[in-house]
Amino acid sequence: MLKTETITLNVGPQHPSTHGVFRLKLQLDGETVRDLEPVIGYLHRGIEKLSEARTYIQVVPLTDRLDYICSMTNNHAYAIAVEKLAGIQVPERAEYIRVIMAEFTRIINHLMAVGFLWNELGAYFTPVLYCFRERERILDLFEMTCGSRMMCNYMRPGGVSADLPEGFIPQAKKLNDHLKVFIGELDQMLSENEIFLARAVDVGVLPADVAINASITGPMLRASGVPYDIRKVDHYSIYDRFDFEVPTREHGDVWDRFYQHILEMHQSVRIIDQALDSIPEGEVMNPEAAKAIRRPPQGEAYGRIESPKGELSFFVVSDGSGNPYRLRIRPPSMINLSALKEMCRGHKIQDIIIILGSINLTMADVDR
Amino acid sequence: MTNDEILARLREKYPEAVVDTPALIDFTVVVRPEMLPEVATFLRDECGLDYLADVTAVDRPERFEVVYHLYSIKNQTPGPFVLKVYLEDKANPKVASVTPLWRGANFQEREVYDLMGITFEGHPNLKRILLWEGFPGHPLRKDFQNRTFTFKELEPTQPKGPDW
Repeated sequence: MLKTETITLNVGPQHPSTHGVFRLKLQLDGETVRDLEPVIGYLHRGIEKLSEARTYIQVVPLTDRLDYICSMTNNHAYAIAVEKLAGIQVPERAEYIRVIMAEFTRIINHLMAVGFLWNELGAYFTPVLYCFRERERILDLFEMTCGSRMMCNYMRPGGVSADLPEGFIPQAKKLNDHLKVFIGELDQMLSENEIFLARAVDVGVLPADVAINASITGPMLRASGVPYDIRKVDHYSIYDRFDFEVPTREHGDVWDRFYQHILEMHQSVRIIDQALDSIPEGEVMNPEAAKAIRRPPQGEAYGRIESPKGELSFFVVSDGSGNPYRLRIRPPSMINLSALKEMCRGHKIQDIIIILGSINLTMADVDR
Repeated sequence: MTNDEILARLREKYPEAVVDTPALIDFTVVVRPEMLPEVATFLRDECGLDYLADVTAVDRPERFEVVYHLYSIKNQTPGPFVLKVYLEDKANPKVASVTPLWRGANFQEREVYDLMGITFEGHPNLKRILLWEGFPGHPLRKDFQNRTFTFKELEPTQPKGPDW
């Protein structure tokens, strides 16, 4: 009779395959994971507390630092929550600009999700480098619009901080046509790779009912076969004017989550195409907004968007003063991470790394 | 099912549960804290509010408010159904956990416990999540002193064990 016992293994906090400072406490039976506990908080900066000492407009740069890959959509969610609270209308042109930027951000995020998943598999930095090349081209557009590549600080309550610069629309159109081809190429080169299929199919399966119960959102939820997209449900901003689909997968394993990202990028390209063609002229900032957010009326508002990683929402409580009384950030990454245990149990230790990669986390978003 | 219909059904099923329906931007229903598990089960199973988007808490001068934002993935209806409980006992705030109903509440309730100091009874693993054991106080409370701490003050309470 062989005497066996489980051993505890710490992965992290500093580990090359965790997406930042993040620790996993594994209970291993040989190579099989019996139990797992994510330990987070290493990057906690207290953004919710910091916001309480700032005015409403001063919170916008803090939201950039939540999920630094998708700073545009973070701004967007915060702007929507404050606009709801203070009853601010957004000019037409600003809404179009927001949609264009949000969808470009979604493409950036999804490119990085796909690329880094391959890093996790051991294809070290070859696929991700191609993704980064395209990401740089999108960041060039961001830089010419708002002067910053990552910490954009561009969307404000009431509109956006500056109008599109000259030459933006032709360059964006050209890039968008290029992206269409590139995403197809990426799909062709990566999706059917035999080694990838062997590693990813049937690994980390998340059934639809578990996903809903665990409050999973975004591409992860849709990869499990639930067609829930806040752009379609809430019709926030002007998403009801565009023709796009909500792709889903059925099985909810790592390969489905990977392919879900590719499918969603195609839809984002479609939306950008339509938005660039129909963007109207006009102002980009509501002139009343600056006054309205100086002291918003007492009340509470919950504003949410479909951020690239899932539902990102801000719960703003105002007591009538110049600072938010309470600002709650609902980060998609943290709540998607909480289903890791369900997905990993019974798998081999090397599969944990790609399951973690397929969740597509940013630790700055998890810890805030 | 609209939010008003859900409220009517809730009033019918648990007449004593609803304390208040304050007029806020989002549709809000305040229920008695001791009725929360029954009400939450009813909303999830009978009213189609199967998606718990957000659990958070607000520190008011006279009470704590625990806020749950509910949506329906099944019916794809927009607009949150905001469920609130008021915890009048500021010295020892506690409320039943909804983690047995929605496992998505697990990390969020731990976060509220960590940063706001509200105890969730029946939570499977209620311990600090973003800060460490031994951190002085709960930062999101309004009486938390936002000052510079010394290293000595911020030391963890117990030494790290083999499975820290």
